[in-house]
Amino acid sequence: MRVTRFVCAATTAAMLLGGSSASAQETPQALRQEIDQLRRDFEALKQQYGDRLTALEVKLAAAEGGQVTQPAPGAPPTAAPPAGQPPGQQPPGQQPTAQVPPGAEGAGGPTGALPVYGAAAGGSKVFNPDIAVIGDFLGASGHNTVNPQPSLEMHESEASFQAVVDPYARADFFISFGESGVDLEEGYLTLTSLPGGLLTKVGKMRSAFGKVNTLHNHVLPWTDRPVVINNLVGGEDGISDAGISVARLIPNPWLFLEATGQIFRGDSSDVFKANRRDEVSYVGHVRGYQDITESTNIDLGFSYARGHNDAELGHDDFFGVFTTNLYGVDATLRWRPLQRSIYHSFVGRGEWIVSRRDQLSGLQRANGFYVSGDYQFGRRWFTGVRIDRSGRATDGSLIDTGGAATLTYWPSEFSQVRGEYRRINYALGETANELLFQFQFSIGAHGAHPF
Amino acid sequence: MKHAFILVIALLAATGPAAAQGKLNVVATTEDLAAIAREIGGDRITVESIARGYQDPHFVEAKPSFILKLQKADVLVVVGRELEIGWLPPLITQSRNSKIQPGADGYVDASLQASILEIPTGQITRAMGDVHPLGNPHYWLDPENGKRIGKEIADKFSALRPNDRATFEQRLADFSSRLDAAEKKWLAQMAPYKGLKVVTYHRSFPNFAERFGLDIIGYVEPRPGIPPTPQHTLDLINEMKRQNVKIVMVEPYFDLKTPNSIGRETGAQVLVMPPSVGGTKDVTDYFKLFDYDINLLIEAIKKSGAK
Repeated sequence: MRVTRFVCAATTAAMLLGGSSASAQETPQALRQEIDQLRRDFEALKQQYGDRLTALEVKLAAAEGGQVTQPAPGAPPTAAPPAGQPPGQQPPGQQPTAQVPPGAEGAGGPTGALPVYGAAAGGSKVFNPDIAVIGDFLGASGHNTVNPQPSLEMHESEASFQAVVDPYARADFFISFGESGVDLEEGYLTLTSLPGGLLTKVGKMRSAFGKVNTLHNHVLPWTDRPVVINNLVGGEDGISDAGISVARLIPNPWLFLEATGQIFRGDSSDVFKANRRDEVSYVGHVRGYQDITESTNIDLGFSYARGHNDAELGHDDFFGVFTTNLYGVDATLRWRPLQRSIYHSFVGRGEWIVSRRDQLSGLQRANGFYVSGDYQFGRRWFTGVRIDRSGRATDGSLIDTGGAATLTYWPSEFSQVRGEYRRINYALGETANELLFQFQFSIGAHGAHPF
Repeated sequence: MKHAFILVIALLAATGPAAAQGKLNVVATTEDLAAIAREIGGDRITVESIARGYQDPHFVEAKPSFILKLQKADVLVVVGRELEIGWLPPLITQSRNSKIQPGADGYVDASLQASILEIPTGQITRAMGDVHPLGNPHYWLDPENGKRIGKEIADKFSALRPNDRATFEQRLADFSSRLDAAEKKWLAQMAPYKGLKVVTYHRSFPNFAERFGLDIIGYVEPRPGIPPTPQHTLDLINEMKRQNVKIVMVEPYFDLKTPNSIGRETGAQVLVMPPSVGGTKDVTDYFKLFDYDINLLIEAIKKSGAK
């Protein structure tokens, strides 16, 4: 009985042991097999998804562009990264390529395959704003002791960021990097669909006073700004401030008529200076435009600006309140024959500005004007002249006069070389004779042409 | 006082929203799109175009008078593919019209269903000239695309005027079948000249060439948007002589000096070929555009003896 029990126990134990040892031998193998099987399944799945992704992308491209580019069988298109690879990363040492657009060859364009940069990550960029950078390089030679400009200067690099914000608004930022620092030249929100036809801008912007004050450097027909703008309206920085602008079209059967009202903090270069919160400045502008023929049109504007100036010493009324009132008239005549619009055009401009400035010595009246004409005589060539005359804001009896002639060459829509001869007879007897030149170049998004 | 009151009421009435089921006020950026919109809309719409057919559509001036047109528009039909990028965005922004802002119900991008050629697939740079990253925008010069543009426009009109849906659909069907018949005729006219080698000034004709079997071997412009250079012109003349090219197609808004000297050197015919409705006086609708261009081409081929 004892023996039987022992045998039984031994047998059981042996069976148990044997069993367990047998399973110990089988398990790793099975597991490995299972893992291998899973791996194969996973690979197949990856391959499947990769193929489906490729097919879908081809379909998408077809739906979007109506042009089907069939991928070579077995070779995934460059747009689809190999399965399992994080998007945006290309296998090391393998430069992705793309075909030159049809027709680019034979026209002197690049031939063969072009490299693709960051194409796979492109999807994340679709909502980025349009970005452009415009470089403005200035050179000066000749004689000017009153307002000398450096001989060579990377005057400004303007970066622009522009995009639609939402269905109701768009935003535009212009940041200028000058030699002495960075400045937010403009940065504003435009509400495009307010009721009542009100076009509203909020932010920092160049005010609607006249024509030249609204323009950025790179769209000016000169390398500089007219004397009257420098003397009375703050020059390059101009009347540019943080504020709110509202513009409305005035319906009438005859012409395009737009009225703009703007309110600003009251700090604009040397024109306006606010000492208190309530010393805001105002700008009003009325613009009338009419097509005379399909190639000729005329644009007239009246402007008014009012703000406190830097003659005001303190923030109480003890020293008195000192304001500057500015009045402006601008006129632009444009001619551009439609059928030859890329070869010939003419723009005649003029502005007349009156300044009434309170200061300790009493009310100073000053006025000035410029008149200019710019003629395009070839697809890439422009020439122009300008006549300047202006009193100074702080002393209207000091009158600077001058003139300039320009020649501009456009290698393409995106770059420009300009030479300008300028003569200014300063009020105190100095005469400046200068030869100025400018290179301008733009990279990035294609901005709209100014009108 | 009473008069003033009446005047105010009249002004308010005049500036108020138009009756919901009045005529659709359609503005198209080019005369081609206006012509197709007219085919679809008939008397249910009024159509105006911004650019003239004899004008370079890349360089239209953003005149304030266009703002007035856009302000009153119910629908804006654009060519798209960045053709109008240099002038349309500021006009739309200043239009104060929420109906035609990009993405709104009244904004129609006519290129969405069209077959677009020359879509760059790789990195593009401005060293290639003024290339259009979204493909060649001169796609309307293919009657097949004409039908697709018509469909795009008809869909939009129907969505905005559900009551007139049947009319728009019927007019679209009619337009498409007339276009089919005309296309058969045009293809038959052009069939004997299949594979004919031509040179064009700008890349305005790839869709036309593809549909009617022309082989564009070069361009007067060295790169899109870059005016001709002497070296490129010489190369082009040599290439034309080598391949015996006898046709130079020039859009009406380009200077003829370089094309004419190429013509003198190579004996090629220089054709002022309107790429758009309104490009010359005789081309008053979408059908006449192809009629005119194909007749012009065939006459020139016969004259030049090219084959």
